[in-house]
Amino acid sequence: MYQYDVIDRELVDARTKEFREQVSARLDGRLSEDEFKPLRLMNGVYLQLHAYMLRVAIPYGVLSADQLRLLARIARDYDKGYGHFTTRQNIQYNWPALVDIPDVLDLLAGVEMHAIQTSGNTIRNTTTDPFAGAAKDEIADPRPWCELIRQWSTFHPEFSWLPRKFKIAVTGSPADRAAIGVHDIGLKLIKDAHGATGFEVHVGGGQGRTPRIAAKIRDRLPAAELLAYLTAILRVYNLAGRRDNLYKARIKILVEAMGADAFAAEVEKTYEAIRGRALAVPAEEIERVSAFFAAPPEGRALEQFPADPAFARWRAVNVKPHKVAGRAIVVIPLKAYGQAPGDASAAQMELIADLAERFAMSEIRVTKEQNLVLPHTEEIALPAVFEALSGAGLATANAGRASDIVACPGLDYCNLANARSIPIAQQISLGLEAAGLDAAAGEVTVKISGCINACGHHHVAEIGLLGVDKKGEEVYQLTLGGVADGASAIGKILGPGLSADDAVTAVIACVGVFADAAEPGERFSETLDRIGPDPFKEAVYGA
Amino acid sequence: MKAVTANRLTDGKVVYRTPDGVWSPDPAQAARLADADAQAALNAAQDDSLTIVGAYLIEVGEAEAFTPAGRKHVRETIRLSGPTTGSTRALPGGSHVPV
Repeated sequence: MYQYDVIDRELVDARTKEFREQVSARLDGRLSEDEFKPLRLMNGVYLQLHAYMLRVAIPYGVLSADQLRLLARIARDYDKGYGHFTTRQNIQYNWPALVDIPDVLDLLAGVEMHAIQTSGNTIRNTTTDPFAGAAKDEIADPRPWCELIRQWSTFHPEFSWLPRKFKIAVTGSPADRAAIGVHDIGLKLIKDAHGATGFEVHVGGGQGRTPRIAAKIRDRLPAAELLAYLTAILRVYNLAGRRDNLYKARIKILVEAMGADAFAAEVEKTYEAIRGRALAVPAEEIERVSAFFAAPPEGRALEQFPADPAFARWRAVNVKPHKVAGRAIVVIPLKAYGQAPGDASAAQMELIADLAERFAMSEIRVTKEQNLVLPHTEEIALPAVFEALSGAGLATANAGRASDIVACPGLDYCNLANARSIPIAQQISLGLEAAGLDAAAGEVTVKISGCINACGHHHVAEIGLLGVDKKGEEVYQLTLGGVADGASAIGKILGPGLSADDAVTAVIACVGVFADAAEPGERFSETLDRIGPDPFKEAVYGA
Repeated sequence: MKAVTANRLTDGKVVYRTPDGVWSPDPAQAARLADADAQAALNAAQDDSLTIVGAYLIEVGEAEAFTPAGRKHVRETIRLSGPTTGSTRALPGGSHVPV
């Protein structure tokens, strides 16, 4: 893992101290709420329905055991005993008091964490493959590049007041577990015939009220030129992006308005003026940063796996192959049946930190599916890990299955939401459990958003629900066929809006159709492509 | 009828403005206002910027119990009663046992 240098430490300490003073000034009246609001947002502090919400950045979703323990301590001492892992690989606390937040930020700084740029029209936390550095299909490790982007974008003076927020995702694997097609910039690591690393560059993807798949604007960018090229993209967007209309301010609108070719030409022109100069990353710097992300040593293999069927199912569904012999990737779904997706109690976080420290190189990842991962688990420890996770309600064998539901906080917490998400997810999950459909059906993504901002990523769900307000009542639109990873696609509306109860029934019915119709090994989108939407429509709306 | 609600500055808790012009987390203490009086109460509430954040008017029913009404009734009921998601504190592993 990357470790702070003096510059990182000084930056974070200075900002933490500054925010303590700003909170104090708000409390004694030296700052009005209008003056204070942009300052608190720059430090990840929102005001939601019932309380303040603090969003803490988890750089590209990578945590150490000590950091996760600290997150647990904050949950216990300053919140209500739990935290909520988000679709952007961060954590949110739903109940901190404003007066306590400076102390929380001090604690975070002590473990090299902060809440800077988790809000506002800035470059947000870069996201990546949660299996980075471990995945068997990986072409190159994206984490060193994510770290370079983090250093370049933190407090970048030119890009601190963009037309709108800006999100970058990086994948190092062709499977693309980072959903690069629906980010403002999506970067795909590639190697040429001589083994040199480069990037395929995609721009203008996003969800929200205008979902768009990113356009590829460059087939190959030399890796050392990454920061210069990102600067060129951001510079074009910063100057030409709309600031007159909040809903048309994202880069996807600019790319569409200009046309991808014209946008790319403008970027290339800007890039030509700066390439090969100060922003070219020196080879020794790439090497220095890459050294923080060395591959784990070989682990001890497990000669014979336990015969326990529960262990076998957990291993088949939640454990993924690792590129290093004797190690495995363990997905820990925060999705026990009926649970709020993405929530973890302080005790659960501490248990996972202990397991990471003892069996998995002290490292944890957060996924955009709101789960945690032990990326480097020693294979010989799998039975012990399974047993410990089982005792804490963390061994549900549903990673990538229907009940591994993604849900935004929705109207239960969020000031922007129009409808609830989490209770719908909980009911669907319980219904799937009762019907035994997780085991009966193959892989499928179910995602729920409580408003058109789409934090629950419903647009790219194979089965998506969007909650809307219809004359004071919660109504849900059902979409099918979205894809987040790889060849991204936006889901299509299946039919008229549904009540909350009917939406729950509808999702379970769609999973049932999938279970019945799927050919062996087929995932939902493949079945949908093969049989079309009519069987699903009939199951939801009748003949 | 209407009432004035806001979040408390120090901790963000939901509060309601009482007939005495103070703020209470107890909705039973909230002033119920005729539509004609509501705007004046809201204007007065805006002066309390050292106590609250983001005061606004909500619709409430006429029954004795304080009940949010109107188009935002679901949102305001959740603000009044808390999330409808159950408690994550009830997750397994209530006390930490190191492995």
